[in-house]
Amino acid sequence: MVETVEPLAGLASGPDTRGHFGPYGGRFVPETLMSPLEELEEAYLAARRDPAFNAELDDLLKNYAGRPTPLYFAKRLSEQLGGARIYFKREDLLHTGAHKINNALGQALLARRMGKRRIIAETGAGQHGVATATACALLGLDCVVYMGEEDMRRQRLNVFRMRLLGAQVVGVTVGSKTLKDAISEAMRDWVTNVNETYYLLGSALGAHPYPMMVRDFHRCIGIEAREQILAAEGRLPDAVFACVGGGSNAIGIFHPFVEDAGVRLIGIEAGGRSEKLGEHAARFSGGAPGVLHGAYSYLLQDGDGQVALTHSVSAGLDYALIGPEHAWLHDRGRAEYLNCTDSHALEGALQLSRTEGLIPALESSHAVAIALDQAPAAKGQIFIVNLSGRGDKDIDLYRENLPELDINSEKASA
Amino acid sequence: MTRIEKVFKSGRKVLVAYLTAGDPNPAATPELVAALERGGVDLVELGVPFSDPIADGPVIQAASARALAEGTTLAKVLEIARTIRKTSDIPLLLFTYMNPVVRYGFEALARDAKAAGIDGCLMTDLSVEEADDYIGIMRDAGLDTVFLAAPTSTPRRLELVAKYSSGFVYVVSRNGVTGEREQLSASVGPLLEQLRAKTTLPLAVGFGISNGEQARASAEHGDGVVVGSAIVRLIEQGGDLEAFARSLREGLDG
Ligand SMILES: Cc1ncc(COP(=O)(O)O)c(C=O)c1O
Repeated sequence: MVETVEPLAGLASGPDTRGHFGPYGGRFVPETLMSPLEELEEAYLAARRDPAFNAELDDLLKNYAGRPTPLYFAKRLSEQLGGARIYFKREDLLHTGAHKINNALGQALLARRMGKRRIIAETGAGQHGVATATACALLGLDCVVYMGEEDMRRQRLNVFRMRLLGAQVVGVTVGSKTLKDAISEAMRDWVTNVNETYYLLGSALGAHPYPMMVRDFHRCIGIEAREQILAAEGRLPDAVFACVGGGSNAIGIFHPFVEDAGVRLIGIEAGGRSEKLGEHAARFSGGAPGVLHGAYSYLLQDGDGQVALTHSVSAGLDYALIGPEHAWLHDRGRAEYLNCTDSHALEGALQLSRTEGLIPALESSHAVAIALDQAPAAKGQIFIVNLSGRGDKDIDLYRENLPELDINSEKASA
Repeated sequence: MTRIEKVFKSGRKVLVAYLTAGDPNPAATPELVAALERGGVDLVELGVPFSDPIADGPVIQAASARALAEGTTLAKVLEIARTIRKTSDIPLLLFTYMNPVVRYGFEALARDAKAAGIDGCLMTDLSVEEADDYIGIMRDAGLDTVFLAAPTSTPRRLELVAKYSSGFVYVVSRNGVTGEREQLSASVGPLLEQLRAKTTLPLAVGFGISNGEQARASAEHGDGVVVGSAIVRLIEQGGDLEAFARSLREGLDG
């Protein structure tokens, strides 16, 4: 055991002072943004040392967002599969319907503390946009959200929610019209209005200190899950599963387990339609290290270093770069990364819905499906799956992809 | 002395032109550069098109997309430089985002760029903190490394930018992405003064300059000006580049 424990020491202590996780991460942005990032890092570290800041955040997480979230034992599903005992970390029960609110509240409080009254954000699935719009409404801050037009189409409900909350949603029409282009536009806004604007980035991505800061705001997921499983089972789990878009829900639940050698950490990327470049978002199997939006990490790109298009049925996983700390955990062999196709994720969602009455977000369904695959052969083991969000926002997409369940087809077959 | 160092010793205000290499197609770029040179441009920045140009406004974003659609890779841009070098001695600065260079390899780029007649390199999204390896490799190959200084840069950062730059320092005149502006920023004067106190390198001012009058105003406290989006827009419209360059030159010298 000593051999596996020792190399783990220090693995959870990153990043270094320049924002590096091993060779990954860093700060790759135009000079105009460098001092603002230094200022942000300083303000963040000072806030985290301030008991008043932490107390206000804890209070909001508890009384406004709904923390701690339950760790639910899925008895029927576990029995049906006949293997691992499967627990779900219920981030789907949080206010606004996904883990994203943890980070949005933390950063919005930080923005207010820094005296910035204009907040900008990008969003893919719309969950981070909704979470940011919610935090801004709560704290009385102006909110502008950039969203690719393709994502606005597939996550229409969330666009309306953001507007209802008083946010301005700006459609992005360039490039693939998805998350990547929304981040580019948000960065262009930030570099232009940097003095009065706070960029509230929604995943464990971007230039230092974002990957560290976003992780820290989501670590509550893993801290709670660790205590809860010890209370329920008297021991640590054998495996923790989470979907990985940029990587925020995954790093949030993984991080408190990183130094627990016996716990497998399994991240699931979007396998999309096929293994062809452009038809998935599986950065480890299909990409190579590169720089996008301020960070060095695994990137889907062509042979000339142009960023590749990506595809996933779930807007939240549809992005070309993986968060830098995941790249480091991957290279060090601490976490494993698998991928799950669009259609398999839908199967997982259907099974979870019908066995446990939990309709997951399409993003989370990727982790669900892979955990269900592995469960039958894992008798005696304990699995935790991070249910990062609920499926309400995806009902239109479920309808599109499961036409046999739609009301029109019922009529037709009746 | 590199070609870039030499041109800043010419005694006149240096006119720097940016264009996206490969826009409207790779074969067109050498003649566009020749027209700029005939009009009085002293130094050309060859922009390498990138899929996600976060520091650029709509004009250069669109040029980048056109160049990529025509198959303009970093290797192709070096080929374009080689063609330009056959007939011209104008200093050429490669202007690029990081990722195409990461993919190509720093050593390979330094070697191939030098062989193609490139004189230096500016990487938009490479901060001085991350630049140690890069600087060593470029300097060993005899290439200048130009970095950006910005209105937001703290005194400590200006120190680093001055230290890591060679050839000249590119002084970003205002916060924002590339693009033409009617009003020039007032913050550039104090920024130039701060830099003067830290370095003897020439200072070229850019971002938003689109006519001769603005060029003259911007060059007042600097050693040169950079004009980008206005040139790229004119290329898109098929306008007379030589005449436009001449109007900038006259404005500068005026
Ligand atoms: C419910 C849900 N899960 C997961 C993700 C993916 O993001 P991340 O990898 O940062 O957790 C999203 C993103 O929109 C989401 O809405």
